[in-house]
Amino acid sequence: MSELMDLYQEVILDHNKKPRNRGTMDDADHEAKGDNPLCGDQLTLFVKMDGDRVTEIRFEGRGCAISVASASLMTETITGKSQAEIGTLYESFHELLTGDPSVAAEAGEELGKLRVFEGVREFPVRVKCATLAWHTLMAALEGKDASVTTE
Amino acid sequence: MTTLESSKHPRPAADERPPFDVERIRADFPALHQTVHGKPLAYLDNAASAQKPQAALDAETECYRRFYSNVHRGVHYLSEKATDAYEEARRKVQRFVNAAREEEMVFLRGTTEGINLVASTYGRQHVGAGDEVLITTMEHHSNIVPWQLLCEERGARLVVAPINDRGEVDVEEYERLLSERTRITAFTHVSNALGTINPVAEMIRLAHAKGVPVLVDGAQAVPHLDVDVQELGCDFYAFSSHKLFGPTGVGALYGRLDLLATMPPYQGGGEMIRSVTFEKTEFSPPPNRFEAGTPNIAGAIGMGAAIDYLQALDMSAVAAHEHDLLDYATAALEAIPEVRIIGTAETKASVISFVIGDIHAHDVGTILDREGVAVRAGHHCAQPVMDRFGLPATTRASFALYNTREEVDRLIAGVERVRELFG
Repeated sequence: MSELMDLYQEVILDHNKKPRNRGTMDDADHEAKGDNPLCGDQLTLFVKMDGDRVTEIRFEGRGCAISVASASLMTETITGKSQAEIGTLYESFHELLTGDPSVAAEAGEELGKLRVFEGVREFPVRVKCATLAWHTLMAALEGKDASVTTE
Repeated sequence: MTTLESSKHPRPAADERPPFDVERIRADFPALHQTVHGKPLAYLDNAASAQKPQAALDAETECYRRFYSNVHRGVHYLSEKATDAYEEARRKVQRFVNAAREEEMVFLRGTTEGINLVASTYGRQHVGAGDEVLITTMEHHSNIVPWQLLCEERGARLVVAPINDRGEVDVEEYERLLSERTRITAFTHVSNALGTINPVAEMIRLAHAKGVPVLVDGAQAVPHLDVDVQELGCDFYAFSSHKLFGPTGVGALYGRLDLLATMPPYQGGGEMIRSVTFEKTEFSPPPNRFEAGTPNIAGAIGMGAAIDYLQALDMSAVAAHEHDLLDYATAALEAIPEVRIIGTAETKASVISFVIGDIHAHDVGTILDREGVAVRAGHHCAQPVMDRFGLPATTRASFALYNTREEVDRLIAGVERVRELFG
């Protein structure tokens, strides 16, 4: 039962209930859709840039608590960050969820609040719920403006 | 959305339980006796796939250990034994759905392949540009996509009969949609996502009145209902072994012999030919024409053993037991605030799809899993059904003969736990 409590931490439940930066944007510089066909999770990201920095990001979509909270926390974390910083965060986040536990524990000081997703590693089938928003973000920043899928 | 009136499903008192020795049945299924995350397994995902009785496992193993060889080929002892056992399995499957002749039963990989076979053979033969194929909104993807592919290839139109808010086919509308251009119609006997038992006999009669042949997807029906293809009068009936407590990778298609006899082959290869030269190949008569290559011999024998197992039971007692579980679980779920049951048809099999407020089914599934309760969470390979009810996914509990009221109680406790966590 403690693994469940690690998965559904207060911060995650809160962001699921009250997602931050939810909505659309008419003048986005980048837009990308992501979906997780297995769960029916769907997500659209709208990103505004100033040069190489993300100045504003919003998301729209539906999904499980993990995917909604992940999208919400991601938007909070990356606002104001450069593409290079976001790339590092993305890798650290991935490591946190899927990498060697001892490495994951040390790496990614910069993850901050995102560490609440550490519990997901005990639920391998849910990893893609947590990473959907990030995959979609990377596609958006690469200017693919396309669809990504976890399958 | 209409919900079942609670008066229609009163929670039966403990002393009114139907007499049925479920513990004796459970003893026959080895996989049930394990713990998951430290809790005893409550396997409530039977509509996805069912667990296997020892008798079916033994039959498959015995085949490999004692009389395994290829079928219909050799003159040697083992080949003859394997052929006899394989053909005996065909007769078991035939008797199981009461087909008139064993040649009407084709062994395939499962329901999906059965539907694909009919779409690619009968379908290609009879469906042309401007023609129509009629299905319903509640179909599993396996009874949508093969017809969609056929219609795209032929320039035909896929027509879909609607369902009402209870998850029942609108039969009047179904009849109206049977047009002069309808070349074949396909629908499920029991909905995997909603549990609805369709009025298939009536729908078959309506289709036949307009000269339209019928394929019935029987995957969810055969483990729970007595199926008699002659009484139903359907032209094709497809089902899988794995939902029927038999091995995976095998299933059967019933086809009326006069139709099978005029249909072209599905795949080319060995077993399905009478003679081959580079100029011309003559095909075997049914069923071999449709069984190219070495079939799933041991699987078919295991499927036959699973059918033997089921038929040795009092199926009316089994049906009563499953219905008791359905009523018991329905009443208990309805009593929980925020729980909404999706699929409230008048006649239902032991499948309950539900949502809890706006909590996503995957979160529900994960929490139940940690309680040892296995359910399906998702769209159940029936996305149009989910769209019809405006939902991305549901949680689905589906009961089989070996499930108990205690397991239902654990499901209910798990649902309460979800509400507590997400409260």
